[in-house]
Amino acid sequence: MKKLISLALCMIMALSCFAGCQGGSGNEFILGAIGPLTGTASTYGQSVRNGMQIAVDEINAAGGINGVQVKMLFEDDEADGAKAKSAYEKLMDDGMNILIGAVTSGASVALNDLTAKDGILQITPSASQIEAAQNPNSFRLCFTDPLQGVTMADYTYSTLGYKSVAIIFNQDDSYSTGMKDAFKARWTELGGTIAEEVSFAKDATDFNAQMTKIAAADADFLYMPIYAEKAAQIIITANEKGVNLPFIGGDGMDGILNYLEGDNAKLAEGLLYLTPFVATDPDEKVAAFVAEYEKRFGSTPDQFAADGYDAVYVAKLAIEKAGITSPAAIDNAALIAAMTQIQLDGLTGSLSFTAEGEPNKGAKFAKIIDGQYVAQ
Amino acid sequence: MKIKFNRKMIGSVIAAIAIYAVIAILILTGILPRSMQSLVVKISYYVVLALSLNLIVGFLGDLSLGHAAFYAVGAYAGCAFALYSGLPLIPNFIISLLIGGISAAIIGFLISCAILKLRGDYLAIVTLAFGEFIRSIVKIIPGLGGTKGLTGVPSFDRFEGFTFGYAVVIIVIIILCNFTNSRHGRTITAIRDNAIAAESVGINIKRYKVLVFTVSSFMAGMAGVLFGFYKTSVEPADFTYNVSIEVLVMVVLGGMGSLKGSVIAAIIIVALPELLREAAAYRMLIYAIALITMMMLNSSPKFAALKAKALDRLYSVRESITAVFKRAK
Repeated sequence: MKKLISLALCMIMALSCFAGCQGGSGNEFILGAIGPLTGTASTYGQSVRNGMQIAVDEINAAGGINGVQVKMLFEDDEADGAKAKSAYEKLMDDGMNILIGAVTSGASVALNDLTAKDGILQITPSASQIEAAQNPNSFRLCFTDPLQGVTMADYTYSTLGYKSVAIIFNQDDSYSTGMKDAFKARWTELGGTIAEEVSFAKDATDFNAQMTKIAAADADFLYMPIYAEKAAQIIITANEKGVNLPFIGGDGMDGILNYLEGDNAKLAEGLLYLTPFVATDPDEKVAAFVAEYEKRFGSTPDQFAADGYDAVYVAKLAIEKAGITSPAAIDNAALIAAMTQIQLDGLTGSLSFTAEGEPNKGAKFAKIIDGQYVAQ
Repeated sequence: MKIKFNRKMIGSVIAAIAIYAVIAILILTGILPRSMQSLVVKISYYVVLALSLNLIVGFLGDLSLGHAAFYAVGAYAGCAFALYSGLPLIPNFIISLLIGGISAAIIGFLISCAILKLRGDYLAIVTLAFGEFIRSIVKIIPGLGGTKGLTGVPSFDRFEGFTFGYAVVIIVIIILCNFTNSRHGRTITAIRDNAIAAESVGINIKRYKVLVFTVSSFMAGMAGVLFGFYKTSVEPADFTYNVSIEVLVMVVLGGMGSLKGSVIAAIIIVALPELLREAAAYRMLIYAIALITMMMLNSSPKFAALKAKALDRLYSVRESITAVFKRAK
């Protein structure tokens, strides 16, 4: 027992030695970011980091924010809430001024309580779960799942003039059910009818039963609030069962062509989905960002990269609006108050924030035309 | 169980209080950076998990890959109570801790009754399945938030977190030290060493297996509540079989049947990835290499011989010193 205790003491001493390792903050704004760089969700975190890096370098090259350079510190959380907390504490030790993150919903929710206690400004680029931006100090850049559903209901009913819908959703996924419930509520409120509603379990690979039902239904289109991998399988089955409806989905549809090989790619022709960012968008800013991203990282940026890029610019605008000219003068309350007064014309659209921390931005739609994602 | 006070024990108590005092002062004065303060809390629930699994794997000799199940039950039961009770923080935590522990113990009791006849690989696979089973169940129970889980669990500040985490660790260590040194403890190791021989002298193996699983899951349940209060949310994704494996790694690294080994291994395995944050992209690589090295060194007879030799030399130095003193007299 004594040996154990002396060992524990040694550990503590060793740990406190590490305390000295933290870099003191010089004269630069520190943007801390948290997201998965390793583990199964690592592509999201890496995209956000790459997007942020481009924005930070641009800002620094242009003279910084109010003449002060910006430094980005990105910590890995493996999309795990408890690890996100450790990452957050590490960033606070390093003198973080504004938190960009976390990238994933679960981790963001786990951080809420801590960031609220510290009063630091938290901007999550991509956590779509409602609870991820509940506190007065937390804001989000992306649409929530329900908001996507509502937006799609408005667009299909009012703009496209559809009156009857068939729905297929994933019953095990809060992303899918969140979108579906909000869509249904809005759709019936508008006066649309629901011709058929079918669901599938997370590990389903056979969609024959569902598609037979939908083929028999009298619907104008098929709403699919699901991720691309399952959607691709469903589209193939739908073709076999003679479902001849337009396919419409949420931002999870991004990348669906990767799952449809050869002739099957033609089946997704005309698929319409809501997305904050399309890499083929002819918009000048988007084109410049895509070119820079491809040059640096050798791949096409996805919506997460665009979210990260925009988040940095939101932070910049907030600092400028609050009139903060040095890291020592950071005033969290002023920054948070500034958030609702800024207006950013970013890659993911023109956006401002409500006092509830939600983004106020127009929806962008993309359609698959000739095997390409085309912004609408 | 009679608790006998002897010199060794008093020394341990003093040491335990001293460690607490040192860390408490470091936290309260802010000398310990925030990342380390939060790490201490994280270490506390992993230590409890490793100790409780050691009871099953190290002392009883059954391989369980489903420890996350009990951890999950405790976390969900305790945190659901904490969320809906609205009590002040400290009584809320203590009651939640008990509720989490007891619920996990009930599930541990039921599961162990169901798997009494299994041993070895079969038991390992079934416990693995139970882990996933519990995770699916909590997803569909209404009021537990489905895939999103429970959010907004009350939370400690870092000092309170450390105090309560430390208290739970000490309680668990005291219970386990007494339990393993008692008649029951010796019975359990007898079952591990030779089940047939143990049965032949009249030991009721089934009874003891159920007892061990129940006690162990009670502790894992308490760890779950600590975790929930630390993270302020619990979701099914927190309790994948990866967690069970991670805890098993701590038990194996620390040495099966060694309580202090589990404590040390848990500290190392939780702290290492955090201390390596400076290494950025190479963090997980270095962590994995460190883990492999430690495991290989730990199991290598050559290293053990080296360690013994070093200790021997230390003893002989001590002896020669005392001999010198004796001669001087």
